[in-house]
Amino acid sequence: MGSIEINGKSLETDEEGYLVNLSDWTEDTAQFLAQQENVELGPNHWEVINFLREYYTEYQIAPAVRVLTKAIGKKLGPDKGNSQYLYELFPYGPAKQACKIAGLPKPTGCV
Amino acid sequence: MLHIINKSASDRNCLDACLAVAAEGGAILLIEDAVYAATRGNAAAAKLQQAQGRLKVYILQADLEARGMADRLIEGVTPVDYGGFVDLAASNTCQSWL
Amino acid sequence: MEGVVKKFMFVNRKAPYGTIYALESLEVVLISAAFDQDVSLAFLDDGVYQLKKGQQTKGIETKNFSPTYRALDGYDIEKLYVEREALEARGLAEEDLLVDVTVLSRQEMGALMEQMDVVLSF
Repeated sequence: MGSIEINGKSLETDEEGYLVNLSDWTEDTAQFLAQQENVELGPNHWEVINFLREYYTEYQIAPAVRVLTKAIGKKLGPDKGNSQYLYELFPYGPAKQACKIAGLPKPTGCV
Repeated sequence: MLHIINKSASDRNCLDACLAVAAEGGAILLIEDAVYAATRGNAAAAKLQQAQGRLKVYILQADLEARGMADRLIEGVTPVDYGGFVDLAASNTCQSWL
Repeated sequence: MEGVVKKFMFVNRKAPYGTIYALESLEVVLISAAFDQDVSLAFLDDGVYQLKKGQQTKGIETKNFSPTYRALDGYDIEKLYVEREALEARGLAEEDLLVDVTVLSRQEMGALMEQMDVVLSF
């Protein structure tokens, strides 16, 4: 267990830095977590982050990378629904890293 | 006497075991997976309805809602919240049919 | 391993929440999706309760994992089989379930089980 400090508020994280409470997440939290991961958030990042949060709200899981890629392709088109595009945005893995920034747990089956 | 059952009647024989032993005037509280027995169309519902003459039957509402069965509760069964659970347990000797 | 596709069946026989079996099974199913095998899910006995619509777990302070069954399609897990007699004994019908399934008789379920290479029991 760890914690991060945002706007004077301490938020609980697991040993790998994923937020423990989904409801702790704000856009400021995302900015902070992205900075820790050396990712500068642009509109394309936010598109994926928001997609992930919507996916979680609907299905109560963080999607595996293959599932995320396919689902993004369906919603945002094939030029965004491919792993090259997503890895450019999130070099350490669109599921793993983007989920962390989006305040979701680590995807099931991700090591 | 309060008899508490927490296992599904279609998975274990706890409900039958309880109904066979429970003396008249006692109460049964269904919690966790035992709540399914008190839902419409369930094979065990008739047994509960038969027992209602001699036993009062309660059910934990939160467990019924969790399982998506709140709109299927059979008649004559009284839903209780956690506070009601505590009151029942505090005012009776309890037997849990584990 | 490449090219070797086995037929896996996850047999679910427990109601959700009262025991951990349903959630454990679901997690293993999601992980197994990464291995591109031929996966079937079977719901027998109290296992059919896992797919009941309208689950609201706020009151028991437990995570409601029933929406996750609707994500299985996105994981290419599309073979969901439900035992007809189990539904009937519980006053349930196909429209009470939150995903599309194939309803099979006990006999058909048994025959399908025979065709599997691996059966995982929950």
